[in-house]
Amino acid sequence: MVSTRDTRHLHPEIWDALQEVLDPEIPTLSIVDLGIVTGVSTPAADSVEVKLTPTFSGCPALKIMEQLVEDRLKSAGWKAVKVYTSFDVAWNSNMISEAGLAALLKHGLAPPPRHDGYIELDVLSDVPCPLCGSRNTTMQTPFGPTLCRSMHYCKQCSNAFESFKPVS
Amino acid sequence: MEYTEKHVLALKELLYKMADDQLILGHRNSEWTGLGPILEEDIAFSSMAQDKIGQAQALYEILHELGEGEPDTVAFMRNAEQFHCCHLVEIPIGEYDFSLLRHFLFDRAEQIRFDMLAQSSFEPLAQVARKFRGEIKYHVMHADVWVKQLGKGGAESHGRMQETLSSCFPMALGIFEPGPYEAELIESGIFPGELALRNKWIEAIRPVIESAGLHLPDQFDDTSAYGGRYGSHTEYLQPLLDEMTEVFRIDPAAEW
Repeated sequence: MVSTRDTRHLHPEIWDALQEVLDPEIPTLSIVDLGIVTGVSTPAADSVEVKLTPTFSGCPALKIMEQLVEDRLKSAGWKAVKVYTSFDVAWNSNMISEAGLAALLKHGLAPPPRHDGYIELDVLSDVPCPLCGSRNTTMQTPFGPTLCRSMHYCKQCSNAFESFKPVS
Repeated sequence: MEYTEKHVLALKELLYKMADDQLILGHRNSEWTGLGPILEEDIAFSSMAQDKIGQAQALYEILHELGEGEPDTVAFMRNAEQFHCCHLVEIPIGEYDFSLLRHFLFDRAEQIRFDMLAQSSFEPLAQVARKFRGEIKYHVMHADVWVKQLGKGGAESHGRMQETLSSCFPMALGIFEPGPYEAELIESGIFPGELALRNKWIEAIRPVIESAGLHLPDQFDDTSAYGGRYGSHTEYLQPLLDEMTEVFRIDPAAEW
């Protein structure tokens, strides 16, 4: 199995189908843009294998996403579909595409800042408000309603908001 | 290098103790769900519980690939003496100061353990360790903030933090109880060993403890909390296992 980004041209129709599979917790975001599809291969004429990597190892949505991928590819005519999880490529938040960051914002979540591997409190606290754009915000807690979200408050528009956490 | 039979035993022992620590502390952390002193802490401990149980599952999965039982069976069908967790993770949640300091002392050790394992010669373990590193970062950040905040708080807050630190520190040393195969782990490049981990841990926690206005107990060779890695546990483990496996045991073949 070869790595993601350089093999899209080999199976464009599969990637197009995967593009339509959405994160069950963030329905504006494709799993491809989230960056969790780390391998696609076609071991036989009518069979396909898709490899996913978890955003967080305790993410309960992963099993659902495996099922969504299987259903989508079966409906596209693939007879044998194998979807599995592997840690060989460890997900980090820089793997979210530009379109993915825009999709997060559309869902009302502040997208994670791009990072160079070092994530400290100041990186986490410097998040523009997804509602009014102000940087006059403060992080309330690095833990939120799902493992991938932190909770913030905007002092400008007085709204609480959530951010998709940067992960290294 | 080619692993010998003894290296594989050493690897399994390491995986079991890590997974069991995560599973048991994950369950303890989840006991704060609905009870946190403030909403944010309720959510923090619940989130950390979810991370730890996810990490335990990934480690049991590796054990399964090495020929051990199914993750659910291994997690839910063993008795206390078959567990390899340390005593620190078994103790009931107690007051918030205890749960916070346990979280700080344990997660600081785990962070260093994962850093070391990211270089492990056993690639499947190195891969999950690299993943866990990103997750544990948030746990450590959370613990540090509150240890500093409460350590530097008023007299009652400071006093309770120091008293609890002093009483749970010997228990935390039980994390580093050497296993039966330390030499094999080191020579095979799987893991640099508990003693190396303990020394790095002391270096890492000392500045945080000091900046919180607290002092670290200076007895680092206390072995009073040893035994967990060899199946000898506190009185608290079996009741916890009974509780967390009660539903599973009613019908182990149930479809969920």
